[in-house]
Amino acid sequence: MPQPLLSLENLIFRWPGQAEACLDIAEFDVAANEQVFIHGESGSGKSTLLNLIAGVLTPQSGKIEALGQPLSALSATARDRFRVDHIGLIFQQFNLIPYLSVLDNVLLPCRFSRRRSDRAGDAKQTAATLLQHLDLDAALWQRKATQLSVGQQQRVAAARALIGRPEIVIADEPTSALDAARQSAFLELLKRECAAASAALLFVSHDQRLAEHFDRRVAMEEINRAAGAQE
Amino acid sequence: MTHLLPLALRSAWNRRYTLGLTLIAIALSVTLLLGIERVRQDARDSFAQAVSGTDLVVGARSSPLQLLLYAVFHIGEASNNMSWASAQTLAAHPAVAWTIPLSLGDSHRGFPVLGTTAAYFEHFRYGDKQALQLAQGKPFSGLFDVVLGAEVAARLGYRLGDPIVLAHGMRGGAHADEDEHEPGHAEHGDKPFTVVGILARTGTPVDRTLHIALEALEAIHLDWQGGAPIPGFSIPPAFVKKFDLAPKAVSAVLVGLKSRAAVFAMQRHVADFRAEPLMAILPGVALAELWALLAVAERVLLAVSALVLAVSLAGLVAVVLAGLGERRRELAILRANGARPLDLFALLAFEGCAVTVAGAFVGTLLLTLLTALLGPWVEAHYGLVLRLAAPNAAELELLAWVIAVGTLASLLPGYRAYRLSLADGLTPRV
Repeated sequence: MPQPLLSLENLIFRWPGQAEACLDIAEFDVAANEQVFIHGESGSGKSTLLNLIAGVLTPQSGKIEALGQPLSALSATARDRFRVDHIGLIFQQFNLIPYLSVLDNVLLPCRFSRRRSDRAGDAKQTAATLLQHLDLDAALWQRKATQLSVGQQQRVAAARALIGRPEIVIADEPTSALDAARQSAFLELLKRECAAASAALLFVSHDQRLAEHFDRRVAMEEINRAAGAQE
Repeated sequence: MTHLLPLALRSAWNRRYTLGLTLIAIALSVTLLLGIERVRQDARDSFAQAVSGTDLVVGARSSPLQLLLYAVFHIGEASNNMSWASAQTLAAHPAVAWTIPLSLGDSHRGFPVLGTTAAYFEHFRYGDKQALQLAQGKPFSGLFDVVLGAEVAARLGYRLGDPIVLAHGMRGGAHADEDEHEPGHAEHGDKPFTVVGILARTGTPVDRTLHIALEALEAIHLDWQGGAPIPGFSIPPAFVKKFDLAPKAVSAVLVGLKSRAAVFAMQRHVADFRAEPLMAILPGVALAELWALLAVAERVLLAVSALVLAVSLAGLVAVVLAGLGERRRELAILRANGARPLDLFALLAFEGCAVTVAGAFVGTLLLTLLTALLGPWVEAHYGLVLRLAAPNAAELELLAWVIAVGTLASLLPGYRAYRLSLADGLTPRV
């Protein structure tokens, strides 16, 4: 078995000042190019899990390894660097900086990461291609992000998560602000582009109906042994 | 940091109205602070410029400040005069190079009238040992000749050859703006003067003074007694020369010594004067004393403007802090896309610093503009010459303080952004 892209082992995380652990994960692996649906009700610790994988939080014990690097052993600055170099993030809504144009929003990770910028090649061209693939008309690219519909904004966020081909894309409830028809359209686009960019996709949602789009489905309740898991 | 600068600018532009208002508030308080500082310096300068080259001011024994005030600034009245005989004895002293007798008491539409001699035009110095210059005409030579200070001529619109009637006492028309004197105020209407000369502007009390001969002062008071015309008794101007017009007393005497080294010996000599109680003051020392007296008001002014500045800097911090709530999302997005908490700190601190620096710059510019526009008006109305100059060392220091305090103040929002971004992680709890 090849080395997994992302590997969690005996992970325990407790919010400061709380006696009970919020997350207690014995083992959780994601392989390269894998697309995983993580299901969890609110309070199941899924946002905490994402923050841990993204290196914003550090566990009290256990190991998080991404691309062969022990994330939990890195300094805060190194984790910040790792995140922008290797992870693309999409949130529920309000993903975009309101005063930047659509194009500048997509280019944001290239501003902070030399690696993403290098891998994007001609960054503007790459951003344009991504935006086109995500069905965003060229007429929109110079607009302020706030002038777009919520669906369009989420697709811009997807383009931004994918630019510079990070190895991991994390999407946290990216479709919850969309109606059902647009949900699956967005999901298919996202899956297609992640595959094209050879990025693993971690898709987190409380919505079971979306699970059918994924081959691998994981429930937070399965992997999180912490009893009183509360965010 | 170069990747942050364009972001900081775009973000600031997005909030340009709020930040613009803050900038204006800072600029205005910088203008106020620098303006007060500059007026203070300029007032002190023009104050110190009022007299120079005079070694001693001699008058009847009273308070040094009072003597200085009426002899140099022509403010207030001499409580006692010194006799003309003493003035002449003083002038004959071997250590004395020159004397300028001064006699005050009359006025013309609020401007003081100074009785003096030709020595005034020859020996009086102001500013950096500058002599008086006549802009038009000549010094007085005839009995009823008057030489006007620049301000008097400009304000009252007098030209050479115009007749002028002097008023008795200093109270008449205390304000030059009043066209009419107090009703019933005694005037020397029977003996009008003729303008023969107008002095060039000096920026000192000379500008606000009318100069006549000591003998003329004597002549207009021939038929007066106890501050009022003697009823039923009048001497027409044509006959005054038949009388002895030698002055009997003067208010003060400006003394120039042959050697400055003799100044303290001379001061003692005057203090020990046998004929009458006199005193001699060093104008520089008395000016410094007077200025020290005014220093309290000066410091209060400075404190007020410092408070104004503090309030507007607090405004800056408040605006940035209040905006932080709305920017929390923005900061989290930046963080998710690679910005470190320290980057966000820098972003906020840079913004506050930039607004302060811009405010200081705009404030300085505004002050320069105001000085250029209002300078002539202030000079004409208050006799205060405002410099139109680049900030000097003291003002630059003040500006540096403003910028330093502003930068320090903006560290607070920066620190708050830093804490928030750590606490929020990728998902702001807004």
